[in-house]
Amino acid sequence: MLVIVCPNCGPRNDNEFNFGGEVIPRPSVDTDPATWRRYLYMRTNTSGWQRERWFHVSGCRRFLNIERHNVTNEIRLVTKMGRDSG
Amino acid sequence: MVFAVTLGAPKMSRRTRFSAWKLITHGLSRSPWPKVWEHHDLASAYDVVIVGGGVHGLATAYYLARNHGITNVAVVEKSYIGSGGSGRNTAIVRSNYLTVEGSRFYDRSIKLYERLASDLNFNVMFSQRGHMTLAHNDSSLRTMRWRAEVNKLEGIDSAVISPDEVKRLAPFLDTSDLPRYPIVGALWHPPGGIVRHDAVVWGYARAADFLGVHIHQETELTGIDVGSGRVVRVRTSRGPISTSTVINCTAGWSSLVSAMAGVTLPITTRPLQAAVTEPVKHFLHPVIVSGSLHTYVSQTSRGELVFGASVDPFTSYATRGSLEFTTGLAGHILELMPAVANMRLLRQWAGLCDMTPDYGPIIGPTEVEGFYVDVGWGTYGFKAGPVAGESVAAMIANGKPGKLIQPFGLDRFEKGTLTAEKGAAAVGH
Repeated sequence: MLVIVCPNCGPRNDNEFNFGGEVIPRPSVDTDPATWRRYLYMRTNTSGWQRERWFHVSGCRRFLNIERHNVTNEIRLVTKMGRDSG
Repeated sequence: MVFAVTLGAPKMSRRTRFSAWKLITHGLSRSPWPKVWEHHDLASAYDVVIVGGGVHGLATAYYLARNHGITNVAVVEKSYIGSGGSGRNTAIVRSNYLTVEGSRFYDRSIKLYERLASDLNFNVMFSQRGHMTLAHNDSSLRTMRWRAEVNKLEGIDSAVISPDEVKRLAPFLDTSDLPRYPIVGALWHPPGGIVRHDAVVWGYARAADFLGVHIHQETELTGIDVGSGRVVRVRTSRGPISTSTVINCTAGWSSLVSAMAGVTLPITTRPLQAAVTEPVKHFLHPVIVSGSLHTYVSQTSRGELVFGASVDPFTSYATRGSLEFTTGLAGHILELMPAVANMRLLRQWAGLCDMTPDYGPIIGPTEVEGFYVDVGWGTYGFKAGPVAGESVAAMIANGKPGKLIQPFGLDRFEKGTLTAEKGAAAVGH
């Protein structure tokens, strides 16, 4: 069980959230199919600290950026997703 | 690609052939059994280096040596053999897949499992007790009919059966209309079953070692050196090895190993948890799977019930169990079999699954010449061990992927020709 401190709702259990995977910069929509498919499918899948996207589906229904260590499951940063934070 | 091929019959001197007679004579004389595989010093060069000493890596080594005479092979394993997914899965084998490619592939695996014990001269305890996937609603029943028809076309024994038939085959299941998810039918697959996963690993290791393969345990890969677009050397915790061919068979860790060669994979690593109860008298014959309840259960030869589930809801390299898993599992199992309410869990564990976007494996060459992958095995890797080993060995020997594995190349993600194998996972993810 992870406890995620939502910037809008406070500490909540992870089963209130949907996991959205590692954060990857999105290419522009008019890019070639090969680049687009790389964006869709290819993942770093690192072991250690990872920047990832979560959705608080049973709470504020807002997207969040989270930095989590995926071996220890420690969370060191939770931020709202916005224009500035990507 | 040129390999030094060893001619003539392999030397049979060192290995003791296991038999009932040997068991009796050893039992009476109390003489110690010889080691089943040897410890070797790390050679400075090998024709082929296989990374990962699980069922896929060891089977590949065995078939390279046996079918193609390529014996200058090293299997490097950072821990002990079978310590990853091969020793953590729920040991279920079946071939009732949804696609033609999938069905053909896993059917070959079952055929290899059927004769594996005599091939390896090692009892792998393959028990074809039947595999039953329960339908709890009309839409699952519809998909099962589809699966059964695809399977029948491929000559695989697979059929949709009624709740009465389910009750006859597994009397402990609650087939009444009382549960929240009543059983409305099932996909019945008689050749499916369970096999002792450790024995498969040990059997392959013993047979490969006997044919001349070097198995290096506690030898961690630390780097892959690539020169002019091809593999030239690997670095390990015990020293460097010159080689032109590296095969990545590291499942949950495959992204990390591929990154050493500069290859990115469409894989995410997720834990899958499983649990086992105390042993009881035999009451459950077939393997029972319920997609809607996210669980599968079988009873081992020792009498323990082995439960598995779907992967955890987020990616992780942690192999720890969680309380949500056990409580969720207990709730689901009691829906199916209320009679097991007083049984106690002995232990739970997690294994790492290398999930791909289309639930199909990734087998084949990469953009780095000489660097091959046999990864993306998600929650269905153990049952494919023998056929993957055989196919990868043939690919290395012939220089190109054979027919069975052509649909599973890494380039399918850039081409957009995904496999859509929704029948790959026993339970929904």
